[in-house]
Amino acid sequence: MKFPLSWLRRYLDTPAGAPAIADALTRLGLEVESIENPAEKLAPFVIAQVLSAEPHPQADKLRVLTVDRGDGQPLQVVCGAPNARAGMKGVFGAAGAFVPGSGITLKVAAIRGVESNGMMCSSRELDLGDDHDGIIELPANAPVGQPYAGWAGLDDPIFDVAITPNRQDCMGVHGIARDLAALGIGTLKPLVHPAITTTGPCPIPIRTDDESGCPAFLARAVTGVVNGPSPEWLQQLLTRAGLRSISALVDITNYFSIGYGRPLHVYDMAKLSGGLTARRAINGETLLALNGKTYTLDDSMTVIADDSAVHDIGGIMGGEQSGVSATTRDVLIEAAYFAPDRIGATGRALGLVSDARSRFERGVDPAFVAPALDMAAAMVADLCGGAISDMAVAGSLPDAPRTLGYDPALVTRLAGLDVAPAEQQRLLAALGFMVEPVPLPWRVTIPSWRRDVQGAADLVEEIVRLHGIDKVQSVALPRAEGVARPTATPMQLLERRLRRLMAARGADEAITWSFISAAEADRFGGGPWVLDNPLSADLAVMRPSLLPGLLAAAQRNAARSQPGIRLFELGRRYLADGEHPTLALLLAGEMAPRGWQQGKARAATAFDMKAEILAALAAAGVPVERLQTRQPASPHYHPGRSAKLVLGQQLLAEFGDLHPEQLALAGLSLPIVAGEIHLDALPERRGKRARPAFRPSALQPLNRDFAFLAPDTLAAEALVRAVRGADKALITDARIFDRFTGPGVPDGQVSLALAVTLQPADRTLTDADLEALSKSVVAAAAKVGAALRG
Amino acid sequence: MDEMLESQLQSLMAAIERAETVADLREAELKALGRKGLLPAEMAKLGSLAPDARVERAKLLNRHKADMADVVATRLATLEKAALTARLAAERIDMSLPADSAPQGSVHPISQVMDELAEIFADLGLFVATGPEIEDDWHNFTALNIPPEHPARAMHDTFYARLAGGEQPEPAGDEQPEPAGDQQSEPAGDRQRYVLRTHTSPVQIRTMMAQKPPIRIIAPGRVYRSDSDATHTPMFHQVEGLVIDRGIHMGHLKWTLETFVKAFFEVDDVILRLRPSFFPFTEPSVEVDVGCSWEGGTLKVGGSNPVVGSSASSGSWLEILGAGMVHPRVIANCGLDPDEWQGFAFGCGIDRLAMLKYGMTDLRAFFDADLRWLKHYGFASLDVPTLSGGLSQ
Repeated sequence: MKFPLSWLRRYLDTPAGAPAIADALTRLGLEVESIENPAEKLAPFVIAQVLSAEPHPQADKLRVLTVDRGDGQPLQVVCGAPNARAGMKGVFGAAGAFVPGSGITLKVAAIRGVESNGMMCSSRELDLGDDHDGIIELPANAPVGQPYAGWAGLDDPIFDVAITPNRQDCMGVHGIARDLAALGIGTLKPLVHPAITTTGPCPIPIRTDDESGCPAFLARAVTGVVNGPSPEWLQQLLTRAGLRSISALVDITNYFSIGYGRPLHVYDMAKLSGGLTARRAINGETLLALNGKTYTLDDSMTVIADDSAVHDIGGIMGGEQSGVSATTRDVLIEAAYFAPDRIGATGRALGLVSDARSRFERGVDPAFVAPALDMAAAMVADLCGGAISDMAVAGSLPDAPRTLGYDPALVTRLAGLDVAPAEQQRLLAALGFMVEPVPLPWRVTIPSWRRDVQGAADLVEEIVRLHGIDKVQSVALPRAEGVARPTATPMQLLERRLRRLMAARGADEAITWSFISAAEADRFGGGPWVLDNPLSADLAVMRPSLLPGLLAAAQRNAARSQPGIRLFELGRRYLADGEHPTLALLLAGEMAPRGWQQGKARAATAFDMKAEILAALAAAGVPVERLQTRQPASPHYHPGRSAKLVLGQQLLAEFGDLHPEQLALAGLSLPIVAGEIHLDALPERRGKRARPAFRPSALQPLNRDFAFLAPDTLAAEALVRAVRGADKALITDARIFDRFTGPGVPDGQVSLALAVTLQPADRTLTDADLEALSKSVVAAAAKVGAALRG
Repeated sequence: MDEMLESQLQSLMAAIERAETVADLREAELKALGRKGLLPAEMAKLGSLAPDARVERAKLLNRHKADMADVVATRLATLEKAALTARLAAERIDMSLPADSAPQGSVHPISQVMDELAEIFADLGLFVATGPEIEDDWHNFTALNIPPEHPARAMHDTFYARLAGGEQPEPAGDEQPEPAGDQQSEPAGDRQRYVLRTHTSPVQIRTMMAQKPPIRIIAPGRVYRSDSDATHTPMFHQVEGLVIDRGIHMGHLKWTLETFVKAFFEVDDVILRLRPSFFPFTEPSVEVDVGCSWEGGTLKVGGSNPVVGSSASSGSWLEILGAGMVHPRVIANCGLDPDEWQGFAFGCGIDRLAMLKYGMTDLRAFFDADLRWLKHYGFASLDVPTLSGGLSQ
């Protein structure tokens, strides 16, 4: 909320200056976002008198002035203003002054051959208005040589204060003054309740048919007004608060809104037909509002309507049709109490933000409805003339005072502060709370304007706020007893481990958006979670895979000419059955650049990805030797060059070449391989690993090579598993070291060569032993369809 | 005869010492020591000598044999050494040629900062907790004392989510006890309306519902607001802290935050300023500013004693987090008795912490995956933050 210091001083007697007030506001929890003093930028400008004004020898429209700025050394100034003349007083800026309205810094310069030492300024040049027809003319008694801003009353710092949603009472300058006074920054001036002489009953009958939306509707008519411009002081206050001065009637409602946080509405009685009723809107009713937009209403909304039309979206914005104008003669002033929840819901449904809404939806002071109406009516009569009617009242105000039980020990318990009960009582009283201190617990009556105070903890906050939150002393958190346990969960530890592993293996960690486009989601299995209100179509569906994000990242990096891209991300996939922590990895472009040793660059292959995935799974404690490869992986992968890795029946990971269509759609021409590990599918690591005593074999291991012919549909993994199974005690490893098709190998077959490692347990193997082993290896291979190569 | 032998031996020895190749050496050796060589031939003649002379003569010949063998061995060693030297010289390559370098990966600054936070708070006994990012309305708002029409909802630009095709999700995570007390009667639709969590605070609710106090947790993670400009991204990261026990008060909160800020920024002279503020789920609520100073155009945490509102001062306050005592209604909503259990909560933007500590200026770059940025601001895999090894890398 923006307001000038002078407005605050209307309600608060204080010797404090702007810095002290700003400091106090901060201490109170009213965050000062900025203080701007218009006088600061006008500091270089002084009151000066034109001593002489002669025609410019080279230009008809210019004049050469001699200007006295009070230092006894008149300066020569070239000026183009038609009203510049000898004897007048105006505002002068010397060379070096920055002119706020035009953004230039004045210099001594020759204008058409005549030296000019500064400028006599117009209103616009000083950012004080739109007038640029001539230079500012000051009255004859203006003191030459004095700073202009101070003399003109512009030394009025403007505060911009952020009001938290709970503090409705500070949505008006008066409430802020009340809070400052409670802190001891000055004295709150008493509100003057005007004595009103009325002329008779209110000519417009009013009613509320919607007591849940508008519990109370109060009004007074003022007849015979003249709605001219408002007086200078009111225009200045509003302008400095960032509002435009419109007319006296409109300015008065704005004065109450900003000054007291009390929105009012003024109707031109000539434009009403019949009485005014607060009621629910009828579905489809429309209103052209004061902001020039037309709103379509429904029966969840409260409106004020006459016999023929809606005139006000209750508590949010009035209608154009019944608004006041320069010709308005008779007005009805509405002061209502609207239900905060209704205002919030209506405002959200209409997407309509207004000063009135922001005050009503937080809940205005129900005790200040009638006084505000009286003060406003008196102000209208004062500024616009006219006669005031009796007050018309419909409905009833929520006026039951609320009380709380309160134990002053709570301040120590919650805040760790020691504040004497008497002091607590004093502080609460300063804020308008009424305290009955005996017996315990205290009975505390909440002032009508503090709707936000609902419980004892709120009273603690009030006391802490006034006593000074800076008095809270740090107290060390007691250490938890017992042996320290890991504070991270197994999943977090797994993620940390994999993150460091992937980085160590050369990949860079990315964090990409959790939401992707519907098209991307569909290509990667479909995203069941959609956003109702996405920022854009590109960020509309929660990702079912991390790969679209990495693919888009690869595309951006490729566009930046990165030759080799290794990216990984640890994040969640969002599926119908929940959120699944996932490691995704993508390799694109060169895995090894061309080099003087190995020649050509090497592109990423699916087996590079397999190596990464297996390394990650091994680091995660998965028994990788028991994994089975199932081809192919999900449809976003290449159908012939991708696979799932399963343990038992559990899918742990997928990897492979991405489908060429995916790459084309992502606009990528690089070879790309990718993989995802489903971290929540991995078997849990079981506690700490137990290590039996180390007993190395005394016997040398032996190696035997076998070459088999097998159908090319046979998974090599199946052959290896069969060979290993041939003698589980003796065979410790079997590894494929060659794969060959071509001359000597029949079509549809493949030659696979295996190195088998044997580890004798208790005695050296004999030739007969080896012969028997070979036979069982060959027999095991035969069972999966592989024949020893002759 | 001896003179003759001596001269023959001299000449053979000279041949050995002159030998330029191993082959020349072997030939000379053969002439001296081979089966038909000079010395074996002389030995063969010993039988014809008188016994006394034979002994003398044998001694002499054996000495010559040993000398000759020594000379051969010495020469052989010399030749081998020379051959090796020559071979090694021929094998020289330019060692300034580049080696194949292993690619260097990196850890994202957000992850690094999360690890730092976990480490700092582990020392204070705070466990790391998590919760769903697609959260129901009740956990994200209502349970946190933000009922549906509360103006505070306007502080959060919320993304609303639903399952396409009208499926109903399985309830996420915990089983919730009935809310205690008469507070916050819970609209039935609340748990079927989904949002992307707007803060990490719902993890407070889930934790308090799932475990008995004392509770000490931090909850780092992704959060979402429908806001996008130079300083806001629709997805960012927060860390939540929650300590619930008997007798935990604002003094403990202040100490915890001071300890955290000092440890995180690794400065001793940190001044924190608590300002009264408002969050629906804490009461009293505070916003926390940290004293900063400008040094050569960059903001440094700690150091000066800032003066508010004074632009001339080199010091200034920087708002870094929000905190407060957990609202009694929130504690009651989780099925705990607020007269018995109380404590504090705080929330802080991780991205902002990272920017402040490590000097990034553009938030959007965090999520762009530009390899140049990742390698510039990222961390080496072994730069694991630990208390014993230091948190900053």
